[in-house]
Amino acid sequence: MKRIMTEYLRPFYRRMAFGVFFKFTGSIMDLFIPYILAYIIDSVIPLNDKNQIYYWGGMMVICAIIGMVFNIVANRMAARVASDATEVIRHDLFSKVMVLSNHQMDAITKPSVISRLTTDTYNVHQMIIRIQRLGVRAPIMLIGGIIVTMTLDPVLAMVLIGIMPIMVVIIILVSKKSIPLFGGFQQAIDGFVRLVREDINGIRVIKALSKTDYEKERFDAINAEVVNREKKARMTVAVIQPAMNVCLNLGLVCVVVVGAYGVNNGTSEVGKILAFMTYFTIILQAVLAISRIFEVWTKATASADRIVRVLDVDDSLEVQVMEEKTKKPFYLEFEDVTFSYNKEEPNLSNISFGLKKGETLGIIGETGSGKSTLLNLLLRLYDADAGTISIDGRNIKSINPRELHKKFGVAFQNDIIFEATINENINLGRNLSDEAIKEAIISAGAKEFVDEKSDKSEEQLTIKGANLSGGQKQRILIARALASRPEILVLDDSSSALDYKTDAAFRKAIKENFEDTTIIIVAQRVSSIRHADHILVLENGMAIGYGKHKHLIKTCEVYREINHSQMGGVL
Amino acid sequence: MRYKWRLLLAIVLTIGSNLLALVGPLLSGYAIDAIELGFGKVNFNQVFYYAFWMVIFYITSAGLTYILEVLMITVSRKVTYAMRKDVFNKLLDLPIGYFDVHQTGDVISRITYDIDTINSSLSNDLIQVSSAVITVLGSFLMMLAISPKLVLIFVFTVPISIVMSKYLVKKTRPLFGRRSRKMGELNGFVEEMVSGQKTLRIYDQEENTINKFNVKNKEAVEAYYNAEYYGSMIFPTINLINNVSLACISVFGSLLYLAGEMTIGQISSFVLYSRKFSGPINEMANIMNDLQSALAAAERVFALLDELPEAEDTEEMAELKTVKGNIILENVRFSYDANQVIIRDLSLQVEAGKLVAIVGPTGAGKTTIINLLMRFYDVESGNIYVDGNEVHELTRDSLRKAFAMVLQDTWIFHGSIYENLTYGKENATMEEVVKAAKAARIHSFIEHLPNGYETILSDAGTPISKGQEQLLTIARAMLMDAKMLILDEATSNVDTRTEKKIQEAMRHLMKNKTCFVIAHRLSTIQNADLILVVDRGDVVERGTHEVLMEKAGMYWQLYQAQFD
Repeated sequence: MKRIMTEYLRPFYRRMAFGVFFKFTGSIMDLFIPYILAYIIDSVIPLNDKNQIYYWGGMMVICAIIGMVFNIVANRMAARVASDATEVIRHDLFSKVMVLSNHQMDAITKPSVISRLTTDTYNVHQMIIRIQRLGVRAPIMLIGGIIVTMTLDPVLAMVLIGIMPIMVVIIILVSKKSIPLFGGFQQAIDGFVRLVREDINGIRVIKALSKTDYEKERFDAINAEVVNREKKARMTVAVIQPAMNVCLNLGLVCVVVVGAYGVNNGTSEVGKILAFMTYFTIILQAVLAISRIFEVWTKATASADRIVRVLDVDDSLEVQVMEEKTKKPFYLEFEDVTFSYNKEEPNLSNISFGLKKGETLGIIGETGSGKSTLLNLLLRLYDADAGTISIDGRNIKSINPRELHKKFGVAFQNDIIFEATINENINLGRNLSDEAIKEAIISAGAKEFVDEKSDKSEEQLTIKGANLSGGQKQRILIARALASRPEILVLDDSSSALDYKTDAAFRKAIKENFEDTTIIIVAQRVSSIRHADHILVLENGMAIGYGKHKHLIKTCEVYREINHSQMGGVL
Repeated sequence: MRYKWRLLLAIVLTIGSNLLALVGPLLSGYAIDAIELGFGKVNFNQVFYYAFWMVIFYITSAGLTYILEVLMITVSRKVTYAMRKDVFNKLLDLPIGYFDVHQTGDVISRITYDIDTINSSLSNDLIQVSSAVITVLGSFLMMLAISPKLVLIFVFTVPISIVMSKYLVKKTRPLFGRRSRKMGELNGFVEEMVSGQKTLRIYDQEENTINKFNVKNKEAVEAYYNAEYYGSMIFPTINLINNVSLACISVFGSLLYLAGEMTIGQISSFVLYSRKFSGPINEMANIMNDLQSALAAAERVFALLDELPEAEDTEEMAELKTVKGNIILENVRFSYDANQVIIRDLSLQVEAGKLVAIVGPTGAGKTTIINLLMRFYDVESGNIYVDGNEVHELTRDSLRKAFAMVLQDTWIFHGSIYENLTYGKENATMEEVVKAAKAARIHSFIEHLPNGYETILSDAGTPISKGQEQLLTIARAMLMDAKMLILDEATSNVDTRTEKKIQEAMRHLMKNKTCFVIAHRLSTIQNADLILVVDRGDVVERGTHEVLMEKAGMYWQLYQAQFD
């Protein structure tokens, strides 16, 4: 919370100060009005001069108008500041999210990131507005009210001041109890959102298994929990308002009684008591507003902390300065690379291989054997625990990530299709020429079905490419990878949904059009990789075979088995 | 209006607490009149008498307020709960198509942010509106009693307030609608981009995406600001009118005093009442603001609730019992949108226990056939029969339960492995679960996890691969004892070696079941009883592997391609 206040609101301090000034003046005007009223009753009426009465009445109207104008200006400035500040906070948070490493994303989890970007920034937005609006007006009214009452009648004012500490104690006690309650509530909301998201994603399975009733029950439980937690938190906070009311109104009674003595002794006047009571209502409203601010504050603090925790995440994958090694024989090289996700059991151990420019590497292996992990390291989505990975003689840790990524064209397994046109999905904001996109569509074997769409490549794709079949999706993804004519092409099992014919045509196209491109293909099918210059066979994170197809057929039993199962075996 | 008794009680409490609070100023006016006698002449008996009653009334009033708050919080939470429940239940009853065109983020935004907005405004505003009405009416009557002449002032000011509020409200209404919509759009965008974050990073699209985000963000905060811009005028404007009426009261009150028609105490009470009178009108301005955003939010929630659900099962529909698994498709035609026919005219007869494989180029409509069988979508024309029953005459539940399926897109939810495995059959014993997991070749992997079958799977990711997820879903399907089985690229993420290892299990799984298999690896379907080759909505070839190979048509081409 502190950070949001100091860092993000700092640029707006001047505007906020202006806002405060306007609000201040506006509020002072509101305070003047009852003062004038008291003056009329105590000093003007006895004069029996109607003109004087009109004069002071006019003054009240003028004060009221100034009050309105200034309040409107101040409110607008507050809204402006809140919107601008929220824009910046959200921007920074989103920018940070976009560069989070996979590791960091895993730790925070995507749903939580999303709710931080949406609900939490929204809470903060509301808080900034409310605080400016009520936060300025209320204390001014409170302090101003007290000061004016002091000048009116110090003795009566003491009564008022005497009540203050009691009210402060009540607010503090209640807040202390309610902050953790709101924290727990926010957490429950996270779980709630997760369930909804999960069920939307799994709707086919849920319906297929006729589990809608079961899911409804599951939802019911978490829904009830959220509601109960919120109820508890809000019940606690609800004590404040009536408690404040009682305190102040009892104070009012004291004022009447004390005032009565004062008038009796000639130290006070009726008009003053009257004005006093008006101020009392103003002060009462101010105190209630402040207690409401506490409520907003409590909620926003929880949210702000969640935002700041993301903002504070370090950029873990720093570019390191390293001495460039002398020219190596290989363009792309893995040297003794070892890596583990949980830093206990290795997911890859001692992997070494080297590729010359334009060569193709096929990687094959069982589910969970470390194929995708290897690609993650190559793309520097994670850093290797030991060993080095180099491209063109440079350790990838010394290459600026941007420069590194420029070299690649990648299609991941089940990669994302955005809700945009086909062209936009392939281009993905890289300002590629139409020509390049067209070529990529052809090379990826997507031309046929793209041309069948009513808007051709301008066809709008729906969420996650729901209006495409699995194979069509993959071809769009491959086209995306090819479109920039990358130095290195990485295909992570991205032809699994293609039929053999399309797959073969695609491989042919690559061979003809992408001679200089170094290619890494992860595949399940031997047919996809058998023509590769090198084939790496992985098992439990270890290389158990490396060489050409023919070589492996002879030397690697696992490979032979895979080959046999695909080319000959039956179910 | 399930809570009408509680609401009635709430209104009674509101009336009570407000009436009690209204008595306060009257008492204080009497007290002041007792004081007004002046120096040395104050009637203390009277003062104490009224002070005592003030204390009683204020405390009772506060007590009632608290009870009221508690009651309203309870009611509003109940309403929130019920609304969320309705929305969620609706969501699960919607046809699959809905989710293909609505961003998850936007849907979530409706079930959380929008419902919250509605209810916070409901719970606050309902109390405030009813207490406002009481206070306004009460104060008005009190003032009328004190001085009908002074009340005339309000004849001018109140209509002005009302006209002004109405004008502003009219202006702000569309702005609040826009605010909710933009917020929903932003959420949808964030959801999509965060899901694709890894890809975007690889393609160096951080900046580009951030720029796009900036546009959405700007729109959202601007929409918020614009709504606020007009919203923020309401309070000061109404406040102005109130202050002006106070000025008028002072002037005319003084004149009346001079004319001897009012006492100072009466003026005092009148002023206090006029404050009370205008207070709720001030509040009304805020309430209007709240109601505006609540209405905008409500529109979005009701838009979702008004979506057409899957046609409900009717009484006449039969339960599909003791399934055998005979399936007949008759002249089935289907398209997702009118421009593009996916299935033109498909007829097909499958006897119980047979294995049907569907192959063909990508996008030829293979998955669509499955969608129709399970009634995720309904045919445009033609009929589908299961055991001689038209599927439209069967209850959806019983129809779907007759199928077990494994899809290419695996779905694993936040929960233990055990829970995920028994999802289709909750009463499965641990023995059965282990047996299925062993058959699916995932048992030893699970055993190696620190918590075994109790390991929680979540987004925070125990790094479980796509292939392992698929094995889990296969095990899940194995646990179910459905008579028909659908395998849509069920092993596409599993490597062939593992696939071979689970072949035995798969064969076991498929035994005595009518099976529909979609696969690209033609090796997996060679022993199918019937192979359908579909292309552009038509079945172009049908027959067994041998027959089709001999024909040397499309199937043969597809088959040869594996060896290229």
